[in-house]
Formats: sequence, C-alpha cells, structure tokens
Amino acid sequence: MRVLRAGRRGLLIEVEDPAEVSPWYLAFVDRRAAGLLDVDEIVPGAQTVLLDGVADLPRVAADIRTMRVASGTDPDASNHKTIEVPTSYDGLDLDHVARLWNTDRAGVAAAHSSIEFYVAFCGFAPGFAYLGGLPERYHVQRQSAPRQRVPAGTVALAGGFGGIYPRESPGGWQCIGRTELRLFDLRANPPALLTPGTRVRFIPVAVR
Amino acid sequence: MVRAGLRTTIQDLGRVGLAHIGVPRAGALDAASLRLANRLVGNPEDAAGLEATLGGCVLQPSHAMTFAVTGARCALSVDGRPREWGLPVDVPAAATITIGSASAGLRAYIAVGGGVVVPPVLGSRSTDTLSGIGPAPIRDGDVLPVGPPAGPPPGVDVAPYALPPTEMTVRVWVGPRDDWFTPEAVHTLCTSTYAISTMTDRVAARLVGPPLTRAFTDELPSEGLVLGAVQVPTDGQPLRFLADHPTTGGYPVIAVVDPDDLDSIAQARPGTSLRFRPM
Repeated sequence: MRVLRAGRRGLLIEVEDPAEVSPWYLAFVDRRAAGLLDVDEIVPGAQTVLLDGVADLPRVAADIRTMRVASGTDPDASNHKTIEVPTSYDGLDLDHVARLWNTDRAGVAAAHSSIEFYVAFCGFAPGFAYLGGLPERYHVQRQSAPRQRVPAGTVALAGGFGGIYPRESPGGWQCIGRTELRLFDLRANPPALLTPGTRVRFIPVAVR
Repeated sequence: MVRAGLRTTIQDLGRVGLAHIGVPRAGALDAASLRLANRLVGNPEDAAGLEATLGGCVLQPSHAMTFAVTGARCALSVDGRPREWGLPVDVPAAATITIGSASAGLRAYIAVGGGVVVPPVLGSRSTDTLSGIGPAPIRDGDVLPVGPPAGPPPGVDVAPYALPPTEMTVRVWVGPRDDWFTPEAVHTLCTSTYAISTMTDRVAARLVGPPLTRAFTDELPSEGLVLGAVQVPTDGQPLRFLADHPTTGGYPVIAVVDPDDLDSIAQARPGTSLRFRPM
C-alpha cells in the first residue's frame, strides 16, 4: 500500500491487489460515518481510493498507515445488499463474446449470470459502475472503434470489468444484453442504483 | 434572458460528495467572483447566479431587483446608461440590462438579489456540462425564476478585485503520478511556459507547450481525479481539469493546481501564458 499526495487537500491510497480496493473504500466510509474522518469525497478507483477535501491531511495520512483492513477479500456480503439485474441476452456482440468464450449464446448467458459481480468503482457517467469479479478467462478486449450510440440499459463487458450503461452514450464495450432496470434516478436517494461495494447478479430473462 | 451570450450557465458552488457514483462537482469556475457578486446583492455566498463566458448578455427583469456583475471585466448599461461593474445596481421592472463583451478575463458572474432559484438537482442548481445534470445551458428567451431578496444589499462602495493577468504563475503540487514520467518531464513542466489553448471549456483547458514524456506507457488503471489535476494523455500535451471534470480517469496526473490559484486560472483566456511553480 502506498499513500500518494494528490494536491493540497487530496490523498491517493494505492493498493497492490484490486480486490483490496473495496475493503479500503468501505473502511473509509465507516470511519467517516463514525466521525473519525473529515473528507468531502471518498472515490474508489481500479487500484486506488482517493480521499479529496481532507480537513486534516497530515493526521489522516498518519492514521491510514495504522489502519488494518482485511485484504484480498470481496466486500462483506453480510453488510452489502445484492442487486439482481434481469437481463435479456440479445446484445450486438453476444456472438462475438460467445466465440471468445468458446461457447454459444446460451452459454454466455449461463456463464455471465453465474458470476457474482461487485461494484468496484464508478465513473465515465453518473451511475456507471465498473463491476469487478469477472474471472480472467472471461476477460475481453473493448471494441477497436467505439459505437456512437449505445442504448441505456445495455449490459456489456470490457477488459476485466462488467458494466451497464445508465443512459444512451457512445461506448466501446462489448454489448451482450440489456436490462430495463433504471440505474440512475435523480429523484432516488442515492441516485445511483449501483454504489461501490454493492453486489450484482444478472438474472437471464431471455436469450435470443 | 433576452440574449444568452456565447455560453451561459447557472452555477452555484456545485455538488460535493457524489464523485463515488460518477457525478462531477460542477459549480462556478471562479468561485470567488460568484461569492463576491452574491455578497454585493445581499445573497448568501452560495446562491446560484449566472456564469457567462466572455459576457455578452441582455437581461430584462420582470420586477425591480438588484444585480451585480463580477469576474471578467465587462461594460455594463441599464436602459442605455452606463453602470459600474463590480457594484450592486438597482434596476426597475422591464429595464434592459446589457452586459457587453468581456474586455479582460474569461467568465463573468451575474448575481441577482434573491438568487436564481431553479429547482436544485442533487443539492445544487449548477449546470454540469459533462454529464448534463442540472439546468440546461441558458438560451435566448429563457425565463429564470428569481427568489425573494434575503435582505438589503450591504452598500459596498468599492469591491476590491484584481484583473486577470496575461501571464500567470500557477502553484502546483507535484504528483500523484509524477513517477510515471521521466525525471525531465517534471523539470520541463516546472520550468517551461505553457499557453492555454482555444480547446478550453468547463471540463478542461488544454495546454500548449513542450510535451511531457512518460517513463512507461502502460495503461493507468482508472483512478479518482481532483479539481485542478494536470493530466497528461498519450500525446504528452497536458490538460488541466476544471469543475465539470470526469470523476475518474485513466491517464496519469503529473501535478495538481493549488486551490488558491483555481479562481484566477479560470479567468485566463486562451493564449494566456502559464508557468507552473512547485509548492
């Protein structure tokens, strides 16, 4: 673990193993809830947690070095809800992914829906969650040229991550299906359905 | 809003605390100028006002109100009579307020007594141009709701304000990813002159100058970004993030602008020369 300075009021905590990010993120969230950490933002990344707007930076930096966080584990299932995502496996890249995975369309649906994903971090767009947990044999490269329009609710894969487009946008991920779930709703609290640490399971409703 | 100008948005001090779900902070780029404009008209400092890129707006109040313009320097008139920039101005109903093109600086701030009271979204009235959260950018003919004045304006005579220079020295904190660059790159950043490119908006300002060379070219795993981060894409030309920046990014950040210099740098026009001085 390394603690890097990110400007006057920021600290970037870098961990060795991406699986350690969620435990660190959740530990910081707990410390803030307990009044032990005064920060504006706690932002997980693929291999980092950013603390921004840190009120007492030298003290927080020293505290981090004494924190003991269970490493190499997924977020604790007992503390974090699981969101089920009803999914129609009918994406434009479903055949392509089936070839890469040495299976057929139904095989992609079966494999993908058996994976226990978790929200590693967010970005790209409000409510867009990078879903960790994809076994290495299922990693796929993103498309060589991004599509101009990927519809809202598209279930997709890129690199070692799963994802669901919260709204229509350009995108270069491999599209395998879609869901009707609303992923980002300004009137909801929190507005994002998938927040860091949340477990995610895809439920096949149709394979075409 | 009779004439919206080049690019005018509603801004307050932004949305803090939602970066972990991918919501950018938004908010006035030169927050000190918005705060000042609000104080001049008797508003709380965090009331929403207008951020007008290069000025150039015409407004017509439906009822008598007080307004003030700060930030970029603009000629100002009410029904054709010149009025003072940077001071509270009382206007009668249906007057024509003309805010000329900015003669110095980049972003003018217009506050009205009572503030612009569009419905807040996720705790802020700011337009976020990256994700589209908040009110749409202002267009000609838009009608903006104004709240009841909080109290009488304070009756300031002179609001001290420094005009933006054409050459600036900007303090930066080196890192967090300076080790992704050659040792020469950090030296280059801190000793060369960079010009602000015309490719500048509320998300980022591109900088033109000596390229910054990476020590290795792996893809950086996406990580959280802070306001003022100086990020270096693969072409080596740095860009500086502003308030509508994405919450995470996959290019290394070589340095971060000190918060005390964010307001003045937000007034730097394309072509302005920047020098970075490490803290």
